[in-house]
Amino acid sequence: MRAFTFERASSVEAAAKSVASNPDARFIAGGTNLLDLMKLEIETPTHLIDVNGLGLDKIEATTDGGLRIGALVRNTDLAAHETVRRDYGLLSRALVAGASGQLRNKATTSGNLLQRTRCPYFYDTNQPCNKRQPGSGCSALGGISRQLGVMGVSEACIATHPSDMAVAMRALDAVVETVKPDGTIRSVKIEDFHRLPGDTPHIETVLERGEFITAVSLPPPVGGRHIYRKVRDRASYAFALVSVGAIIQSDGKGRVAVGGVAHKPWRLEAADVELPKGAKAASGALLAGSRPTEQNKFKIDLVERTLGAVISEARG
Amino acid sequence: MKFETPAKTNPIDNLKVVGQPIHRIDGELKTTGRAMYAYEWHDPNLHYAYGYPLGSSIAKGRIKSMDVAAAEAAPGVMSVVTTLSVGELGKGKLNTAKLFGGDEIQHYHQAIAVVVAETFEQARAAASLIKVEYQEESGTFDLAEAKMSAVKPKDTDGAPPDTAVGDFDGAFYAAAVSMDETYTTPDQSHSMMEPHASIALWHGDELTVWTSSQMIDWWRSDLATTLGIDKEKIHMMSPFIGGGFGGKLFLRSDAVLAAIAAKATGRPVKVALPRPLLVNNTTHRPATIQRIRIGADKSGMITAIGHESWSGDLPGGGPETAVMQTRLLYAGENRMTAMRLAELNLPEGNAMRAPGEAPGLMALEIAIDEMAEKLGLDPIEFRILNDTQVDPEKPERPFSHRNLVGCLKLGAERFGWNDRKKPGARREGNWLIGLGVAAGFRNNLVMPSGARVRLGNDGVVNVETDMTDIGTGSYTIIAQTAAEMMGVAVDKVGVHLGDSRFPISAGSGGQFGANSATSGVYAACVKLREAVAMRLGFNSDDVVFENGEVRSGNRSVPLAAAAGAEGLVGEDTMEWGDLTDTHQQSTFGAHFVEVGVDLATGETRVRRMLAVCAAGRIINPITARSQVIGAMTMGVGLALFEELAVDTRRGFFVNHDLASYEVPVHADIPYQEVIFLDETDPMSSPMKAKGVGELGLCGVSAAIANAIYNATGVRVRDYPITLDKVIGDLPEVA
Repeated sequence: MRAFTFERASSVEAAAKSVASNPDARFIAGGTNLLDLMKLEIETPTHLIDVNGLGLDKIEATTDGGLRIGALVRNTDLAAHETVRRDYGLLSRALVAGASGQLRNKATTSGNLLQRTRCPYFYDTNQPCNKRQPGSGCSALGGISRQLGVMGVSEACIATHPSDMAVAMRALDAVVETVKPDGTIRSVKIEDFHRLPGDTPHIETVLERGEFITAVSLPPPVGGRHIYRKVRDRASYAFALVSVGAIIQSDGKGRVAVGGVAHKPWRLEAADVELPKGAKAASGALLAGSRPTEQNKFKIDLVERTLGAVISEARG
Repeated sequence: MKFETPAKTNPIDNLKVVGQPIHRIDGELKTTGRAMYAYEWHDPNLHYAYGYPLGSSIAKGRIKSMDVAAAEAAPGVMSVVTTLSVGELGKGKLNTAKLFGGDEIQHYHQAIAVVVAETFEQARAAASLIKVEYQEESGTFDLAEAKMSAVKPKDTDGAPPDTAVGDFDGAFYAAAVSMDETYTTPDQSHSMMEPHASIALWHGDELTVWTSSQMIDWWRSDLATTLGIDKEKIHMMSPFIGGGFGGKLFLRSDAVLAAIAAKATGRPVKVALPRPLLVNNTTHRPATIQRIRIGADKSGMITAIGHESWSGDLPGGGPETAVMQTRLLYAGENRMTAMRLAELNLPEGNAMRAPGEAPGLMALEIAIDEMAEKLGLDPIEFRILNDTQVDPEKPERPFSHRNLVGCLKLGAERFGWNDRKKPGARREGNWLIGLGVAAGFRNNLVMPSGARVRLGNDGVVNVETDMTDIGTGSYTIIAQTAAEMMGVAVDKVGVHLGDSRFPISAGSGGQFGANSATSGVYAACVKLREAVAMRLGFNSDDVVFENGEVRSGNRSVPLAAAAGAEGLVGEDTMEWGDLTDTHQQSTFGAHFVEVGVDLATGETRVRRMLAVCAAGRIINPITARSQVIGAMTMGVGLALFEELAVDTRRGFFVNHDLASYEVPVHADIPYQEVIFLDETDPMSSPMKAKGVGELGLCGVSAAIANAIYNATGVRVRDYPITLDKVIGDLPEVA
């Protein structure tokens, strides 16, 4: 960890400006990912802007019947919120499937969306990694890749996004609200928020330098059965091999997003359309064109089987 | 004292304190944070500096140059000692790879520098500024590939690499029923909670080291060799250890770096290995490839049993002795075992909890399950049928005491073994349910062990020995032993461990610690009893130590009064005769497991576990149970997820932290039950006890593998049994 200076942001605009003006500055909220990365010299900011005190920790109903979640709402509070539990059960279930109680107490909504991959080569600064050090190469290709991506991968990177919460957000059609350093605000659909790795795996979202997430909003509830099934080797405190977040209506229609397979939560409209036909059809559409490695090709079968179990549960 | 003949009745047999369920006497210190672990020693009068190690970024080759200018100029930095600047150092007798010094790189994350600064953060930041130029060499990193070039290793701990009895080949080919399968176990990591850590301080040419070591004298000797100084100049302390599992048996780089850094700066220096360095900088349990062949007649009697194992290590290292239990566990007239060792340039392989037997039984006890099925026998019945009361390779050597059959029978009854269904036949909701069993077996080793016992005029007995407590309960069972011998309550005993000023003990490892160290305390107490009797003019043959008094005939004196103003001291070392040669001393168990396998995802979750242990006298049923359930927990990890993933291109273990090397969490561990058979083994020691800590692990993983087979009908022979190895053969999801 490098020495760094620290400031508490006085306003959203000031925070955004501060990061925009200093290429070595980072926002810090819960710090559950950033501090680990700093200790390992994967992230080496020289200036941290603490955004915890900006009052962005409210969960409010929106006029259209949806829900607006402040960027700094802790994962624990979000998972436990009455409206979330009642109307957006998928989100609550995804959240509690992630990390541990202690981490969820600190981790924030925006920080969760921005967490970095858990690819083991990203975590070892001795190894080439295009995400950590652009242009150095990808060690995971031809290396240890059991945890890594099968969809939307590139020759430069096969990392996955590790979040459970983001999978639920994707299924719920969340919208990310931001403020840019010049004060303009914009709303980014969750499907557009995370990027595929392509040739620039170090650029993980569409956020511009200094652009600050203020909230994540959810459209009005869509009803249906909300099921989040996280598959992992041990029973808790592990990242998903794959996870399936689904909302299934009584007529069999619905939507499905999958975690652990790509650089972003993975959902395709074409796969949603196939859902009423069953898991084989839906996962076939969802994972069409997959490019697995020898070590992670099991994920193709695993997604189908897990989705099958989710659909059965929804029918049951 | 030398233990040469089977133990007769002795004061331990009173069992007023020994054998009682006494809670850890150091428990309050630990739960209140007052037990000082290596890195935590803090004398406010000392001005500590902090050392941060740098590991090699290549697996094999040489360092051409190191540029430390930026690190030296970094804030707070006092000194940067590199493996080049320090020059060649000695290598400890028990180390395979050198720990520091010189330009040769033998494995990834080998220590190549230590940065010393005023704060930990300054040292860590500066370490990243060191630039290293390497001459990288190609190496061999893949056991499967290197298997062909493996050679017969030299004897391991006195045991030959190969054994053969009768005509294995002939009997195997002639057998009515036979099996021939290959099993693999991966490299595994100790993953103890407390990392390796040391503080070093020099006074002139005298070195004091606070560290985390299972074996004080081994560390002290090898540190002296490494630094090229007299062992007597080193004072080493390790009173509390946050887990070792074999990873702290042998001197590690933290102690070497701390000593060198302290010398360079003239300050006391603290060095802890960062978690990402633990895996590749220290030792691990080597991977194995094991071939097992068993032949039997139609009645189920084994006629031929063969076990071969391949493992790898750095040049000069040894094999994982995975065939050892097969030499002893089951009968059979024709037998062979063989170990082969390949040269690998991965980090040093060495002992991890129950070395040999743990991975060996992971294979053998699946093979037994497979063979029983082929024979149409219940696997418990098959094991009982082939029980032996003598060393099957040397039938003139009986077991000192062996009740494997009792473990299996009692376990079957308590666990509800008869409810076991055919493979794949039991389903509850989305779960396929299966039961599995395996025999537990681990040899009982004994080591010389010394102790000093002081009786004060306050009637308090203080024990001093360099024995360690790695979380096992050594403090408590040593207090129980001294209390029983001296006829006092356990709260009248003080126990002082892990200090090189105390008599050399067995140390902690190989499940030899409890029996050996308490025997050493027994020997010292015998000396102290004699001194007390002599002081009081009693005939030591009929003197009784009880309730804080010493009695002989109708005379009775408070023990405190016997001490006199200056107190009395007894000191001795327990040494061992040839009972371990004339008799095979082993511990036995039966592990029962119920698993559920998710029909859709193939995830295995353990639902119930039972261990029945026959391990001689249980000195303390609470600490022994803790040992066994901890070992059973480790067995779950080894069965289901623990695997050091080898990057065979670059030669290192990729998952070198606790996020990616998964050990069980609470949610993985179900109800665990432990039953100890009520037995004693007078051949083992005056305590009539044997080891139990590693027995708790031996066989667990195979029982899980067998339960998964029973649940699903899918036989997996490659550990860990992760879902990707199972789902391809599971039924379609509805």
